[in-house]
Amino acid sequence: MNINIRKFYYGDIPEENNVTSLSQNSKTEKEWPLWEVFIRSKQGLDHKHAGSVHAADAQMAIENARDVYTRRQEGISIWVVESKHIHASNPEDADMFYEPASDKVYRHPTFYDLPDEIKHM
Amino acid sequence: MSLIDLEKSFQEKIDKEIKIEPKDWMPDAYRKTNIRQISQHAHSEIVGMLPEGNWISRAPSLKRKAILIAKVQDEAGHGLYLYSAAETLGISRDQMMNDLNSGKAKYSSIFNYPTLTWADMGAVGWLVDGAAILNQVMLCRTSYGPYARAMVRICKEESFHQRQGFETLLVLSKGTKEQREMCQDAINRWWWPSLMMFGPKDSESTNSDQSIKWKIKRKTNDELRQQFVNMIAEQIKLLGMTLPDPDLKWNEKRNQYDFGEINWEEFWNVVKGNGPCNKQRLAARNKAHDEGAWVRAAAIAYADKKKNKTTHKAA
Ligand SMILES: [Fe+2]
Ligand SMILES: [Fe+2]
Repeated sequence: MNINIRKFYYGDIPEENNVTSLSQNSKTEKEWPLWEVFIRSKQGLDHKHAGSVHAADAQMAIENARDVYTRRQEGISIWVVESKHIHASNPEDADMFYEPASDKVYRHPTFYDLPDEIKHM
Repeated sequence: MSLIDLEKSFQEKIDKEIKIEPKDWMPDAYRKTNIRQISQHAHSEIVGMLPEGNWISRAPSLKRKAILIAKVQDEAGHGLYLYSAAETLGISRDQMMNDLNSGKAKYSSIFNYPTLTWADMGAVGWLVDGAAILNQVMLCRTSYGPYARAMVRICKEESFHQRQGFETLLVLSKGTKEQREMCQDAINRWWWPSLMMFGPKDSESTNSDQSIKWKIKRKTNDELRQQFVNMIAEQIKLLGMTLPDPDLKWNEKRNQYDFGEINWEEFWNVVKGNGPCNKQRLAARNKAHDEGAWVRAAAIAYADKKKNKTTHKAA
């Protein structure tokens, strides 16, 4: 037997021809849509992105999110939103997009030099 | 920016420990390696439920049954965190499922070994989850953001898995003669396959360490394996049991445990699909998937029907 040993790591076994296909499979079943999950971990805190789940509708998405992301009381409130409704800023434009804030140091309290004697400010 | 510039600034980000996020530019090979690794990891969590699921109906007490169900449910959750991390790279869930069920995708070979006695539940938790944890702790710092975040979540949950496994063995190790024998037998059978979980030796590498350069991985197979041996060789003393390796001994000079040679022929055989349970595992996955088809279709039909109703009303 001719075994061609290639480097691979635990959890990363290379495929025979070293190609991962991104093509859609021919077996077409309609996929449940993807939902993004946001969880409030306790009263008084913001909802925070936790991950995503697949579900046929919103109710199922909330129930799946409960089972997947709150098995240890990690949440008291769940929001779900279909992933296709999320719009995001473009990372390639980040420099230009956030640039206007970078030269406005006077927006920070530390910009102001005040005498040490001043209290409660 | 040219491709070379893009690759350069990508590597600079990695070197500065800046995480890569889904919409960021990344080399194709980085994307593919991550898809392959994350989806294989997810498949391992999913297939990993099967050997343990085998004992849920036969756990020796209600307490053990509840614990085992909770652990298996966690593994399902781990699979789902990882599938959604892989999806951020542009592969669909259905594609991954199909690749697993068709046998195209790989998963950790350890789950192609059978769980013969109750003591195997202890040995799996202690050794198999124990080995997985070392890898997963390292991956909490992997360079791809969604993968790293999934790992942090997983690591929080894994420690109970290993502890319940060790405790199961601890109880057996203090039991009757038969229970102690069962405990030792399970350790004997799971020890070598657990060492194989870390993959081939570093010296067998022919490729450059691209995964290390990209900080997908931060430790080599041999480093992780040695860490595992050092840990287990000490812990087993508390069980009063032995590891099935006559060459295992403390090496003063290296400040590490020396250990014997792994049977690599067995390793490659199982990877290639000839392990004791490869066919059984895939068959179980396919059966579950096929028998669930009508449920998935019905849920979609129901959701569509409800949607139509509400649009009707609005009109
Ligand atoms: Fe897991
Ligand atoms: Fe686990």
